[in-house]
Amino acid sequence: MVRNSSLPITIRQVTKSYGKNYALDHVDLDIRSGEFLTLLGPSGSGKTTLLTVMAGFTRPDGGSLKFGDTEMVCVPPHKREVGMVFQNYALFPHMTVAANVGFPLKLRGVSSSDIAQRVEAALETVRLGGYGARGVEQLSGGQRQRVALARAIVFEPRIMLMDEPLSALDKQLREHMQIELRQLHDKLGMTTVYVTHDQREALTMSDRIAVINAGRIMQLDVPRTIYEKPSNRFVAEFIGESTFLPVVALQGRVTLGGRALMTAKPTPADGKHLLMLRPERLRILGSTETDVEAVNILEATLLTVVYQGDSSLIQVELPGAGVISVRSQSNALSNHGLTTPGSTVRLGLNVQDTVLLDVQ
Amino acid sequence: MGLVAPAFLLIFVTMLLPVGWLFYLSILSDTGAYSLEHYQRMWEQPSYGRTFLATFQVSALTTAICILLGYPLAYFLSELPKRAANLCMIAVLLPLWTSLLVRTYAWLVLLQRRGLINGWGIELGLWDEPLALVHNMTGTLIGTVHVMLPFLVLPLYSAMRAIDRSYLRAAANLGASPLRSFWLVFFPLAMPGLASGALIVFVLCLGFYVTPAVLGGGKVTMVSSRIANDIEIFFNWGAASALGVVLLVLTVVLILGATRMIQMNGVLGRQGKP
Repeated sequence: MVRNSSLPITIRQVTKSYGKNYALDHVDLDIRSGEFLTLLGPSGSGKTTLLTVMAGFTRPDGGSLKFGDTEMVCVPPHKREVGMVFQNYALFPHMTVAANVGFPLKLRGVSSSDIAQRVEAALETVRLGGYGARGVEQLSGGQRQRVALARAIVFEPRIMLMDEPLSALDKQLREHMQIELRQLHDKLGMTTVYVTHDQREALTMSDRIAVINAGRIMQLDVPRTIYEKPSNRFVAEFIGESTFLPVVALQGRVTLGGRALMTAKPTPADGKHLLMLRPERLRILGSTETDVEAVNILEATLLTVVYQGDSSLIQVELPGAGVISVRSQSNALSNHGLTTPGSTVRLGLNVQDTVLLDVQ
Repeated sequence: MGLVAPAFLLIFVTMLLPVGWLFYLSILSDTGAYSLEHYQRMWEQPSYGRTFLATFQVSALTTAICILLGYPLAYFLSELPKRAANLCMIAVLLPLWTSLLVRTYAWLVLLQRRGLINGWGIELGLWDEPLALVHNMTGTLIGTVHVMLPFLVLPLYSAMRAIDRSYLRAAANLGASPLRSFWLVFFPLAMPGLASGALIVFVLCLGFYVTPAVLGGGKVTMVSSRIANDIEIFFNWGAASALGVVLLVLTVVLILGATRMIQMNGVLGRQGKP
C-alpha cells in the first residue's frame, strides 16, 4: 500500500462547553500534513473531545476545523473520510475479520473482487494475512487491535485518528505495538492524531505533543522540549517526575534558600519562580568533585533510600528549601560511602537542567 | 446425582406428569376405552382445521403488529437516558400489573358500537356509521396486541440497550449513512432480542383465551375457545385434551424450527466474504 497524500488539519477557536464547564476552551491547533501528533492530558482534559470533534461525533459550539482547505465542522462523520481506531476497537461482532475490514470498501461500492484483494493487503500490512475468515471473538486483544487498524487504513484515508488504541493491552504488548504503530505511520504517511494519557507513550511515538488540560493546550512541541523545557508547572508535573522548589530572582541573580544558582534560561524576570528538579537529572557527587564547570552543587541531608532494582530513589532535604527526590544507580551511594541517614550528600545539577518556571 | 433429584422431581410433578396425563386423557374414548377417535374427528372435520388456521393467523398478525409497534418503541427507549428509559419502561409494563379481564372489558367499553371511540368518531364527523371495531378480527387483534406488546418490547429493549453505541460511531466513521449503519450494524445486532420477543408473543398468542373470546365475540374461534367449549358445554375431556396435545406438538415444532432458522441466520449473517 503506497500512500499518495496526507492532509494538514487546522483548528481555530474551537469551543465546546457542557453547562458551565469548557471541554474545549477556544483551542487553536495546526497539525502538519503527515505528522504524528499526540494529544496528551489527564482524563477529562478535553483531549478525547477534541478528537471526536475531528471525527465529527461532537459538534463544537463554535470555531473552525479544516482538513486541508475544506471546512469540516458541518460535515457529518460518514462524509469526513478519516480513519479512526477506537479505544475498544468497535469491531462488528456479527461479521468476520474480512467483513469488518471490507466494510468501508463495501459502503464505497468497490467491486467484491477488489474488496477481497484490498482486505487481504490491509491485513498483511498489519501482519494478519490469512485471518480473514475468522470471527472477531476468536481473536486476542492484540489481534483485534490490528484488525481495527486494518479497517481504518483499508480505504486509504488521508487523516487517521486514534483514541487510546493501546490502553486495553498489557504492558509488553503495548510497548511492542507503540513501535509498530509508529512504523506503520512512517510507511503510510497519513496525518495521525493520537490521544493518550500515557506520557511515556506520547514521548515514544510522537513527532509533536500537544499537552492538554482543562480544555486548553498547555504546550505544543517536540517530545524533547516538552520533557526538558516544559513551559509551565502543569506540563512539568504531568510529564515525568519532578519536585518544585521556590527560588527568587533579583537583577539576574537567582537564589535557592540563600544559595546562588546558575540557570539555563536567559535572565529570568525579578520575583519568585519555581525550580523544576527531575530526580534523574540530579547526580550524586564524589568528595573529590568540588568545582565542576556548569554544574550547580547542592548540599543536602540524606533521609531515606528506596531500592528499586535498576535504580534507587533517594529522599534528601535541602536545608531551608525542602525535600527532593534523586534517582541514581543503585550502588552510587555506597560507592561514595554514603549510607546512613543524616549524612551530607552533595548533588550536581547541570545548568541546562536548571529550569525555572513561573509561579502559578 | 442426589443434588439434582429435587429439581428433577419438581419438573416431573409440574411438567411431565400433567403433560402425560393430558396425553392419556386424549386417547380415551367417551366409554373409557383406548381410542384415537378424538384425533380422527379433528382430522375429518374441516372446522378444526379452520380453528387451527385462525389461531395461527391471529398469532402471526399479533406478532407482526407487535413488531411494527414495538420495534420503534424499544429503539426510542434504548436511546433515552437510563432514568427516563426506566420511567417509560414502567409505563410499558403497567398493563401487565392490571387484571387481564379488566383490560379486556375496558377495550369492549371503548370499542363497541355505542362505545367511546365510535361515539367520538361520529360526533367529530370522522365517520357516519358506527364502525365494527369489536366482536371480529379487528377487536381481537387490538386486544391481543395490547396485552402482548410488553412481551416483545422487554427482550428487544434489553438487546438494543446492550448494543455498544461505538459500533454505530465506527460505522459512521467508515462511511455509513445513519440509515445504512442501522441496517448493516444495529438491526443485525438487535436481531436476537427481536427473535426471542417475537417467539414469546407468538407462542403466548397460540394459547390465548380470555381476550380473543371476549373481543372476538364468537366470530374468531381460537383453539383455546374450543377447548373451553369442549369442557364447559360438552364435558368432553378427551376431545379437549386431544386439542391441547395437537396445539402443544405444533408449538414445539414451530419453536424448534424457529430456533434452527435463527441459528442459521446467525451463521449466514457472519458472511465469509465481505
